[in-house]
Parts: sequence; structure tokens; C-alpha cells
Amino acid sequence: MNEKVFVGQSVKRLEDPDLLRGGGQFLDDLKLPGLLEAAFVRSPFAHARISSIDVEEATKVPGVVGVYSAHDLPDVMRGKRILLQVPNPAITNPITQEPLASEEVCFVGEAVCVIVADTRHAAEDAAERVIVDWDPMPATGHCDSALKPKAPVVHSGMTDNVAGRFSLGYGDIDQAFRNAHHVLRERYEPHRGTGHPMECRGVAAIYDAVADAFRIWSSTQTPHNTQRGVVDMFEMPEDHVRIITPDVGGGFGPKNQVYPEEMVIPALAQMLGRPVKWAEDRREHFLTTTQERDQVWDISVAIDDDGKILGLKGTLIHDAGAYLPWGTIMPYISATTVPGPYRLGAYKIDVTVAFTNMVPTTPLRGAGRPQAVYVMERICDLIARERAIDPAEVRRRNFIPADAMPFEMGLTYRDGAPVIYDSGDYPEAQAKALARAEYDSFPVRQAKALKQGRYIGIGIGNYVEGTGLGPFEGATIRILTNGRVTIYTGATPAGQAHKTTLTQICADQLGVGMTDVDVVVGDTGMMPRGAGTYASRITVNAGSSVRMASIEVREKLLKLAAAKFHVAEDDLECRDGAVRIKGEQGDTISFSDLAKMTSGMPGYVLPAGVKPDLEASAYFTPPQATYSNGSHVAEVEVDPETGLVTIIKYTVVHDCGNVINPMLVDGQIQGGVAHGIGNALLERMVYDVDANPLTTTFAEYLMPTAELIPGCDIVHMSSPTPLNPLGAKGAGEGGTIPAPAALVAAVENALKPFDVRITDCPILPQRIVELIAEAELRKTGGN
Amino acid sequence: MPDGRHTREITLNVNGESRTAEVEDRFSLADFLRKVLGLTGTHLGCEHGVCGACTVLVDGDSVRGCLMLAVQAEGRDVITVEGLANADGTLNPLQQAFMDHHGLQCGFCTPGILTTLSAYLRDHPDADEAALREALSGNICRCTGYETIVRAALSAAENLRKGQP
Repeated sequence: MNEKVFVGQSVKRLEDPDLLRGGGQFLDDLKLPGLLEAAFVRSPFAHARISSIDVEEATKVPGVVGVYSAHDLPDVMRGKRILLQVPNPAITNPITQEPLASEEVCFVGEAVCVIVADTRHAAEDAAERVIVDWDPMPATGHCDSALKPKAPVVHSGMTDNVAGRFSLGYGDIDQAFRNAHHVLRERYEPHRGTGHPMECRGVAAIYDAVADAFRIWSSTQTPHNTQRGVVDMFEMPEDHVRIITPDVGGGFGPKNQVYPEEMVIPALAQMLGRPVKWAEDRREHFLTTTQERDQVWDISVAIDDDGKILGLKGTLIHDAGAYLPWGTIMPYISATTVPGPYRLGAYKIDVTVAFTNMVPTTPLRGAGRPQAVYVMERICDLIARERAIDPAEVRRRNFIPADAMPFEMGLTYRDGAPVIYDSGDYPEAQAKALARAEYDSFPVRQAKALKQGRYIGIGIGNYVEGTGLGPFEGATIRILTNGRVTIYTGATPAGQAHKTTLTQICADQLGVGMTDVDVVVGDTGMMPRGAGTYASRITVNAGSSVRMASIEVREKLLKLAAAKFHVAEDDLECRDGAVRIKGEQGDTISFSDLAKMTSGMPGYVLPAGVKPDLEASAYFTPPQATYSNGSHVAEVEVDPETGLVTIIKYTVVHDCGNVINPMLVDGQIQGGVAHGIGNALLERMVYDVDANPLTTTFAEYLMPTAELIPGCDIVHMSSPTPLNPLGAKGAGEGGTIPAPAALVAAVENALKPFDVRITDCPILPQRIVELIAEAELRKTGGN
Repeated sequence: MPDGRHTREITLNVNGESRTAEVEDRFSLADFLRKVLGLTGTHLGCEHGVCGACTVLVDGDSVRGCLMLAVQAEGRDVITVEGLANADGTLNPLQQAFMDHHGLQCGFCTPGILTTLSAYLRDHPDADEAALREALSGNICRCTGYETIVRAALSAAENLRKGQP
């Protein structure tokens, strides 16, 4: 009943009116009485021992309440490290951060001391007066060099820098290479960037001494993970640790972590008996918030004369950074994502995860997939070049055909389930993208441009993305006695408009309007169990749970009203916040009255078999990931003098199954592509060989702006998944994943007259100029 | 050691209201608005003048709240995002266009974008897409990829030209 009034429509966002008036409540906006503010003293060295910390001058700064190093924290925290979020047997050295480093720092930015003062300004004044006697040690600044013999160890006491190793694959790889007509080899090196939500991280905490309980606000994507971390650190029962997310100003992955500050700030609130807040500034964000994408891939591909891939093998070195807060998930996702939409005869990859003295790496929009897609797509381009076959044709010859769905890859995904593509038509996705991008006529455009001295190029990026990961994200639906509907969920939005999409799903089931529903998100006190917002999983998981719980509440409403009116449930319908007997003159009872009756009102007896309260909870548990897919085509112009890349046209074909709100999905795609464009052309977190960060402002690390990012031409396909009741797949990361592959291919194609070959990413303007110069040198016989 | 906490009293007009307050000399205008006046709609995204999230209007010009000292605003007329809505509290045409065109996601950069565009569209009511993109190039938005912001701005410009809300 009432299905599809809102689902599938571009319903306007419930979140907007407050945000547009400046009424958002972000972490740093919280007004807590008696609030103190914190600032951290952080390591200027990538690797050093802490000989001593002199805080005397700092304590004299007016306004300072206290200065604390690791040894001043509560006893319960002594010697402890933050809970590893995703343990895995492949991890050989599961080391996470201490709340404050006690003996040794392992990356620039690691915190050793914290100051609490009446204002942040005073706390920062005092931080400058803390004197740390550092004993610098050799550092390792790249994952490749980290594994070389005699590389400096990232943590003293370790014998090497290996954080974990695993191999995976399928088929007979040796035979594939024996049968090969040609074997091609290449090394690919994607580099680090980070998420850079416009709101940095932040934490505020209150300790209630009477109840021995924390209330902690954090700008996080995963309040339940933070809760698990705090519970583990402080050895408290879960229901004494409540994590609340206020409005979150963007996440993109790095806020999906448990950070040292989320331990230290509660400890300070406990010790001082006053609320304490820390709001990260942008410099701290550059130095401490997790990053991703440094990898080194050495790949060989066995092909036949037609460019069909018989086998693909190689090694992957993944940069973990200094610690492993999120385990080895990203390289695992990378390794399982490589085959993508293609049927590779056999596949084998050996993965080594290496520690380096840099900020830890954790999932960043795409989470290991952009690199894998970059490698696979660049391999397709390599085959095209070496065998003189059109790049689109190489892909066509290797696609998994639509009639092979569901397709079992022969790999195990990160959720422990086999990789089984549930639905999708990969050849058709590319065909649609090529048609829309006018790919076939591009050579004419290119030749014409070249005559005018303009270098234009085109590139393709295809991908398949495991989304909607379990284990679950629950929802409780409750109709309050005022008749309003409330959704409680573990989903934690950072701009995705979960309140809007979940309301659409619920309102359709209960026959109410969009404004009759309130949504409580990201609060462990209101929803005791949850996983969080990552892996493009919320619509699939929380959305399905909302639908299931809403249906249960609707059934209850009908049962209660049927008993009251002495009619069959089939004769009733929910509409406009009431249950009514179908037909023009039917009796009606409001949700409000039904809620009052079932809330414990004396004198009202519940019908047999009906439990109190108009409430239901559901935890949808997906059997496996559901696989979204898409094809991107980028057409660019490159200025060989300046290295400037202008995007002429960007085409996206996107398939995420059934769409709840097309406007929002388009927004995710466009925003995701912008992030991918940054990853491809601008954003590079640069460290020197000693692991000193060199890009720590937005003047040095360039973010995409309105002048660079074009409006994408977005085409939707819909292959609904049978794996959840909505038929939906994840949509939050697909915009980002293939963009670097498509853009770098397009740049390389544009620079064909120079015979430039690109195997790293991003390619900043200076890199493009450099590549042209190198190619010229090769041609003229230099080295 | 120099005492950073030296304060002075300033009087300025904020969102149409005269405000007098004691402020540390070193406070940026954004810190003053947020911490002293409690107007937390103005957000700080980088505090080094690149991201534009803290943009407010000072005597009608868009200004980075993180790069101007509060004491420099003495006697000036400041408009923040809290002062943009219509007198009856409804969304103004620009705000409404952002809602209609999905011009925001997390909403953190939005206040700075609205203030930037308020001044720009007032001075350039006939702005085309290229001009708007250039005008927006000092505001970083990580969520939207800008396209819907540009659509919202073009739509608002058209409505403003027609004199319609």
C-alpha cells in the first residue's frame, strides 16, 4: 500500500532549511556550559624517541587549566593502544596508536601532550611553551623503500616493516602465462591524498561522575566504532558510553576511524569534571587525519593475439602508514577489485602491507578500489597500445557478458563471502557511455584539434564496486503519542541526506507525509548497535531495515484498528497519519490515538498477540555485498606548456540498481567524480624521503574548484539486486573510483604525439610537463 | 612573554543589530562572530584564507572571516548567513534556489558560498555560468562537485532579475 509515493522521486532534502540559515549544529558549534578547550603538542619528527617533556612554562600561561602527557592520563589508559577496528589473520603486526605517545613517535603530527584552557587561543599559546626533548631516529618515507633490506624500522623493536601479507587469486596462472602469445609488464604507482571534508574532526565530552558515564560528541562517520574504542580503553559498560554525532560536515572515509583524541578528550573531561572540546584545525587535519592510496603494483598480463586476457599476476605493496587502525582492508579490497568487469582467465596477486613513518592509511572514498581500477584499466590501455587495438575494443573482448550473471569470480570478498556479482550489464554500460561521449567520432575531433595545435584526448574507466556491506545497520520505527513517526538508526550521515531517504522509505509504508517523520541518526544512546557509514552501505542496510520495521509497524496499526472497528485488516488502510476503513464514509482512528492506547494507558487492553507500543525494530543482514558498476569516459585538453588539463566532457554511466532519490544519487555521482578528478589531477600528499610532510595547507595541496570540475553527463542504468528488499545498491563512491583511470588515460591519449606514458597518479601539471620533457629526451637519445 | 589576551571593546552592526562586545585583539572576525556573539553559522574550514567557508559580508563586500581581525570590523556593517533569510524568516531566493537544486550536501561550506554569491549576484545580476564558476573558485566544496551550486546560482540570478522570489 502507498508504495512509491516518495521512493524513486527527487524529494527535496529535509536537512536543507536549517543548514541554509546557518542553523546547523556541527561539533564546534555545540554550546556546553563551562566548556574548556584543548590543544595538542605534536611531533615535528617522523620518528623520534621522547627523552623528556617540560611543561612548566606552559602551565603558567593565563587561562591554562592543565597540561598532560601520556603518564598523566588515568591509570586505566596506561600502556594501552586504541582497539584495532578490523582484525584479520593476515596482519603480522597489529599495532595501533596510543592515546598520547609515551616513549616514541612514529609520524609527524603524532600527539604527545595536551593542554586544556579556558579558550583554544590560550591552549595554543601554552602548547608553544611545552619543551619536548626529542631524540630523532631514522625514518621510512615510502612503502617500496620500507621493504628494502636495511630500511629503517618504523617502530623501534621491529625486525622489518611488514604489517601483513596475503595472496589471492583463482585459476591456473602458470598455465595462462605458458599459453600466452604475449606478456606485457608494467609498474603502477598511485599516490596518497586524503578526504578533506570541509569540517575537520572534533570531539567534545562530558563525564557524569554520579552515573560514571560519558557523553561524547564526535564528528565521526561511525559512532558505534568510537563507542567500542572508548569502552575498550576505559573498561566501562557500553551503556555508560554514549556517542552522539552532531551535524557532520563531510566524511569521505577518514572520519570512519577511532582516533586518539576520542580517547584523550573524554579522559580530560573525567579528570577535570568539566566539559572539554577539541576542534581539529586544517593543519592538524593534514598531519593526523588518515590518508590513502600509496601503493606500488608490479603487474604482468598474459594475452593472446586478439588482446584477450589469459591471466594477470603480480605484486602489490600497500602503504599502511605508521599504524594499522583499520587493519589491512584497503589492500584486500584493492586485490579483489582488480578483475572488475572483465573475465580474466586466471589471476594471482601477492600483497605486502608495509609500515612507513607517515599518517596511517584507512579507507578514503573508494577504499583501495580507485587504485585497483586504475591498474586494470591502464593494463587495458597498455594492451591496446602494444597490440594496436582500440582501447574500447580491448575491453569489449574481455567483458563478463550480461548473461553470465550472477557471476562467481572465484575470490573471497572482505565480508568473507565469495565474490558473486549479483546483477549488471557491463558491455552495455560501456556502449552507452561511448555513445554518449561520441567516442567513435573522437579521432576526427582529435585530428582537427591537432591541426590547430591543441592536444585533446579521451579515456575510459570501467569498474565494478562491492557495496552495501553488512553485517547490518538497524532501524527502529516508533509512532509517538503525538502521532509523529520517529526513525532511530545507526546510520550516520555526513551530507548524504539519510534523513530524507530513510523518511521516503518509511513514509511510503505508513502513508504519512515527509514532514510527519523525525529521524534520529548517529546516537548510540538511541540505537545501541550499529556499524556506521562507510562502504556505500547505508541505503542497502539501514534503508532495508527501515522498510522492514515500517511494514511491521503498519501491520500493528492495522491489527489494532481492525480490533477496534471489528473489521478485517484488509478493509483498512493507513493514510494521512490515520488508519481508516476503506471507502468514502469509513471510520478513522489517528496514529496518535492508537499510540496512546498502546502506551500503557490504564483501562485499555491490548488485543491478543499484540505487544505494547507502536514500535518495531529491524536489522537487515545482507547475505553478501551487492555490486554496483559503471563506465566513465573523459575527454580532456592538455596544454603541454603549462601541464594544465581542461576537462571538455565527462560522461558517466552508473548502475546502482533501484534508486530511492535520483536527485541525491546524481549529487553523489557528481561529487564523487569531483573527488576523483582531484585524485587524478591535483591532490597529492607529498612527503620527503625522511617522511616529512611537504603539503600541509590548501595552497600546497590543491583541492578541485568550480572552474575545474565540469557538470557530468550522467546516464542511469538499473539492474536491481535480488539481495535486499529495496533492490538498491550503493552509490556513494562510484563517482570517484574510475575517474583517475579515465582521466589519466585521456591525458596520455592527448599527449600521444609526444609518446608520453603515464603510470603514476595523480598527475599534477608539473608532472605532465616533466613527462613531456622526459619523452622528448628519450626521443633525442638522451637518458 | 607577550600577553595575547589583551582585549578591547568594539561596536559593530551585525545582521542589522548594533552589537558591542569585548574581544581579544588577536581574534579573527570569524572567531568573534562564533565565540563571542555565538553566531556559529559562519564556519572555519582552513583558517588560512583558501577555502572560503568563513566568508561574511562586511559593508556589503564578501570577506574571509578568518583573515580579518575582529577589531578591524569596528563600526562596520557585517552580514552573516544568519542574516540572509527574508524578514519573515522564509528562505531568500538564493537560499531557496540551493534547496531546489540540491546545492548543498553536508552544508558546512554553504554559508560561505551563500554570502559570496549574495554579493556577487547583487553586483553581477547578468552573470553567466563561466563568470559564476570563477566567482565561486575561492570557495571549496568537497561534497557537491559544484554543478548543482552553479545551477542554483543561475536560477537565483534569473529569479532576482525577474524580481521574483
